[in-house]
Amino acid sequence: MIGGLFIYNHKGEVLISRVYRDDIGYVAQRSFMVTSCIKPATLFNVNLFVCRRNAVDAFRVNVIHARQQVRSPVTNIARTSFFHVKRSNIWLAAVTKQNVNAAMVFEFLYKMCDVMTAYFGKISEENIKNNFVLIYELLDEILDFGYPQNSETGALKTFITQQGIKGQTKEEQSQITSQVTGQIGWRREGIKYRRNELFLDVLESVNLLMSPQGQVLSAHVSGRVVMKSYLSGMPECKFGMNDKIVIDKQGKGGDLYAFCCSGKQSIAIDDCTFHQCVRLSKFDSERSISFIPPDGEYELMRYRTTKDIILPFRVIPLVREVGRTKLEVKVVIKSNFKPSLLAQKIEVRIPTPLNTSGVQVICMKGKAKYKASENAIVWKIKRMAGMKESQISAEIELLPTNDKKKWARPPISMNFEVPFAPSGLKVRYLKVFESKLNYSDHDVIKWVRYIGRSGIYETRC
Amino acid sequence: MTDSKYFTTNKKGEIFELKAELNNEKKEKRKEAVKKVIAAMTVGKDVSSLFPDVVNCMQTDNLELKKLVYLYLMNYAKNQPDMAIMAVNSFVKDCEDPNPLIRALAVRTMGCIRVDKITEYLCEPLRKCLKDEDPYVRKTAAVCVAKLHDINAQMVEDQGFLDSLRDLIADSNPMVVANAVAALSEISESHPNSNLLDLNPQNINKLLTALNECTEWGQIFILDCLSNYNPKDEREAQSICERVTPRLSHANSAVVLSAVKVLMKFLELLPKDSDYYNTLLKKLSPPLVTLLSGEPEVQYVALRNINLIVQKRPEILKQEIKVFFVKYNDPIYVKLEKLDIMIRLASQANIAQVLAELKEYATEVDVDFVRKAVRAIGRCAIKVEQSAERCVSTLLDLIQTKVNYVVQEAIVVIRDIFRKYPNKYESIIATLCENLDSLDEPDARAAMIWIVGEYAERIDNADELLESFLEGFHDESTQVQLTLLTAIVKLFLKKPSETQELVQQVLSLATQDSDNPDLRDRGYIYWRLLSTDPVTAKEVVLSEKPLISEETDLIEPTLLDELICHIGSLASVYHKPPNAFVEGSHGIHRKHLPVIDTGESPVSSGPAANIEQTHVIPSQGDLLGDLLNLDLGPRSTCPRCPPCRWGLWTLTVLIACNSVLLLQVWLPAVKAKGLEISGTFTRRQGQMYMDMTFTNKALQHMTDFAVQFNKNSFGVIPTSPLPVHTPLMPNQNIELSLPLNTIGPVMKMDPLNNLQVAVKNNIDVFYFSVLIPLNIFFVEDGKMERQVFLATWKDIPNENELQYQIKECHLNADTVSGKLQNSNIYTIAKRNVEGQDMLYQSLKLTNGIWILAELRIQPGNPNYTAKSTFLRMSFALSNILL
Repeated sequence: MIGGLFIYNHKGEVLISRVYRDDIGYVAQRSFMVTSCIKPATLFNVNLFVCRRNAVDAFRVNVIHARQQVRSPVTNIARTSFFHVKRSNIWLAAVTKQNVNAAMVFEFLYKMCDVMTAYFGKISEENIKNNFVLIYELLDEILDFGYPQNSETGALKTFITQQGIKGQTKEEQSQITSQVTGQIGWRREGIKYRRNELFLDVLESVNLLMSPQGQVLSAHVSGRVVMKSYLSGMPECKFGMNDKIVIDKQGKGGDLYAFCCSGKQSIAIDDCTFHQCVRLSKFDSERSISFIPPDGEYELMRYRTTKDIILPFRVIPLVREVGRTKLEVKVVIKSNFKPSLLAQKIEVRIPTPLNTSGVQVICMKGKAKYKASENAIVWKIKRMAGMKESQISAEIELLPTNDKKKWARPPISMNFEVPFAPSGLKVRYLKVFESKLNYSDHDVIKWVRYIGRSGIYETRC
Repeated sequence: MTDSKYFTTNKKGEIFELKAELNNEKKEKRKEAVKKVIAAMTVGKDVSSLFPDVVNCMQTDNLELKKLVYLYLMNYAKNQPDMAIMAVNSFVKDCEDPNPLIRALAVRTMGCIRVDKITEYLCEPLRKCLKDEDPYVRKTAAVCVAKLHDINAQMVEDQGFLDSLRDLIADSNPMVVANAVAALSEISESHPNSNLLDLNPQNINKLLTALNECTEWGQIFILDCLSNYNPKDEREAQSICERVTPRLSHANSAVVLSAVKVLMKFLELLPKDSDYYNTLLKKLSPPLVTLLSGEPEVQYVALRNINLIVQKRPEILKQEIKVFFVKYNDPIYVKLEKLDIMIRLASQANIAQVLAELKEYATEVDVDFVRKAVRAIGRCAIKVEQSAERCVSTLLDLIQTKVNYVVQEAIVVIRDIFRKYPNKYESIIATLCENLDSLDEPDARAAMIWIVGEYAERIDNADELLESFLEGFHDESTQVQLTLLTAIVKLFLKKPSETQELVQQVLSLATQDSDNPDLRDRGYIYWRLLSTDPVTAKEVVLSEKPLISEETDLIEPTLLDELICHIGSLASVYHKPPNAFVEGSHGIHRKHLPVIDTGESPVSSGPAANIEQTHVIPSQGDLLGDLLNLDLGPRSTCPRCPPCRWGLWTLTVLIACNSVLLLQVWLPAVKAKGLEISGTFTRRQGQMYMDMTFTNKALQHMTDFAVQFNKNSFGVIPTSPLPVHTPLMPNQNIELSLPLNTIGPVMKMDPLNNLQVAVKNNIDVFYFSVLIPLNIFFVEDGKMERQVFLATWKDIPNENELQYQIKECHLNADTVSGKLQNSNIYTIAKRNVEGQDMLYQSLKLTNGIWILAELRIQPGNPNYTAKSTFLRMSFALSNILL
């Protein structure tokens, strides 16, 4: 299991160090004692210290200060494994000497970041220093002897506060513990709202890799259903969407809606994953999504589709090399959705060679600029309706070089936001049942919106 | 209020100031001071001298302060064991606190203080906490047992904490169950043979129930534990799989991977033609693909695992090659792994797409990545023959770019393509030669030299080219020197007239001026070959080379199986077994894939069963017992049991029934670095043979086989060396028959028919032991004279007599007699007493021992009664036998 957890700043200075197991640095300690032939007892004070620092320092020297780009997120230095993730310029490293579950260690580090963000916002050196006592307290709670424990912020916030927990009654205490260890660790009892409301966001990012000839090399949508729930009590929820498997099944059973949209409007979901509140076994057997939601904002599910994706934009590049010192670039973008809808925040990024000396751009719509520091022409359009077309042309002048290596021609990438789900996903219902309190499904105010964003949306040129 | 101020210090006298503050009367001040101490500790300052002062602050009702003091204690208690005792009382008191959070905190912290004296005081509070009414305290106590075990394993056992921990598996709270499982799993890793976890169907059921209810982390602990369970049959395996499959939709990638591990292991147990097997395979693919849309670090872990899965079961992801296409913004470690998997999935169906991608990658920036992409193009050519031509032209295009490292890498792979498809693409040699000057890496230089030497007859200026390399001979790496030597010798054999001088030059450089023994030896060999017999030299040096295999850098099958058992863990990321990077007792226990236990195919069965098999040794090794161990069960019980257990009659009857005795695996591949030996003993025309099949399951070829026996009860030795003359190539097998005789040295073995064998090859020496079926020792002249038989029968004392019943054998006297005679058991006389057939039989062993038997057959009653006795004729074994 995890032997220790360290947080470093960008210089490699330790901000947080929590050692759970002695084995990290233990051998270094032993061999040091043997080689120095001094009475172990006298050395002990220094030593224990020295070796823990060893693990800490090894990571700094080998990873943070390494000149090269990071070659692997797992590094083995002197039989000790370091797992690290980086958030802005802060490094989080978990250290172990055992054959741990690697996926779990990374998931834990991500979770650790989430928890810290939920408590004090952005993960920065300043915030970490300002909250180091809190971080130690959290680390003590969510990692015991290297075993991750309940790390749901909702539950943690009930008893890890910076105010101390003096004023609790016995009932409150046992409520906390049963929540932390209980089956529904993500929601506490006794939540009350005057207005029961929930917000459902279907957020999709559409990814595309297209060949210069317009052939789709790979395309997929990775979507998330994010829910903000402000519901009283312990509501039981049921979520439905136009999942092909469900629709086909129900279509036969005579469900009217299902019948209407069977075939054309249902979508094939390649795979989906759920927040831990969703009853997976029920999904597996009946494909129904039922759960007791956490309070506030959380991600209900993630999904991935690859079939029948609506590609909101098509990029048609044309690059011509005119002699050794000139490039002519023409890029056409076409929007491909209902004319009544508007795409926003459109940005096309056309890479330019490193030896570019000057660029002249002409575009029909929006603004385009050559950014020398980014080696790219950035073309921005605020809004664009569906079924439209726009074009940019540029002349790039190059400095003559004797560099034999050809320019790598990175792909043209695109960013945008559209008010529909490119996968075609539709929310059919979200039903809320709370038997103990006197509100029904009809009393809950529900909001649904769809946002489609570009993920990695690239066209090779 | 911010805490960052504690990090700023005022250098000198800091410790003294802190000391004063820690003893301040005001609570708030003391808390501030402890915070400063912790901050100092974090940045690596030694604040151990403040120990007594900090411990003084422990008696407080402020939970935040208490936690800080505990944190300090955990760090420094080991340095000040005597002082740490001061804290014990406070811990014990806290363990009785009405607030469960404080009870848990106390027991959690106490376990982290690794001081023997404290540990003693920990036992009582821990015992109470394990039975606490509050689940939060129980789940903390469960982990504490693991902590205590790490400090003092003996104490944990003596105090019965392991039993308490086992009881917690049945706890009503899922998190307590999960932590108990985690603790037990870790403890059992250091006792590989103890059955600590006691995984029985009932417990498994409890775990599966808890799986649905506990936190994501708990699910990981439980799934990892489940993967160590060996279901007893396919039905159980399937029902566990059914309950694990929903986990594939979990948002936590570690849960998904651990579920994949369980499923991959249990798939081994499901019949391949069943519907469920195929549905399960289909279900595995989408979650694996989804893992690739996670954060880059998790993607990396997933890709390393997918690399294993693709090698083990390529069918799962064969349709999904597109998701492994590299994205421009992927971190380099993700790109490199994706590339690896792309090659593994490349096939005729998708090769066009793959090649287009690879060509794209070969123009990227990162040198390692580009090199790997170029190498990948070469591997495609070797793997998919139809694409070879396209690959070669792509490589030529890349060479035209003149980017140094691209050219070099391309030349290295082109050499491999030449070896795979000889006499097909040599037209491009001219282009390659143009780039001779730009090659500065040993690999590329060696490859180029090899090409020039191999095709010297088609390159007009081959001698000039090679001569140009010769100038700086001593500065070259050994690899280049050796290749150059061989290349020039090849050139000489092809064009002897013009290159005499050159060859002499290189031979003298290699033999006289070099310090490298390899190079000198090779030089001398060539020199002598050339000077004594040029024709033979030509045959040797220009002999046809074996083709190179299609798949390169595959993981050895036995290692692969082990790594599959470690999916999700570090071992699967490093692609190394845990004992390669874990010290101490953890991870020494090697894991194996489960094996179907239907007994259908004893030869091809996997590693786990084989190991068990070789360990089945009959209880007592007394010749009488062995000889007459006549427990003739129904034939279908267990064809895998070593023959010896069946005893004499059984075996002979069995042999008579099916003339071919099944081959048994004697030496499983896991134990012998890839060599698998299976075999059996037979007797043909008065001669004993050991019939064996050697299978090479490693990735390298095997040569230099030899065999030796230890001294044994019958003096069995091989009469000739192992008849293996050609190297055994990977995945090849060879059947051979080793003649034996019994003139070797004799030593009593236990059991008597035990034979210890050592087999050697170029890799290592391997040992195994087998039980020789006794019937092969029955000699042909075992028929005793009637008179002698009668006299001897009377002479044998009663204590030498044994009786056995043979059940369910429906044969009549004549058939039995006939069948037994085939195995050299002769019927001397037959009589009918009160409706029962009595057969009197004799047999003789190779060492001269006679065995006499009486067989009673009751018609209508399928019972045989064998009465047997034997006479001491051989003094060599006499004392052993009585």
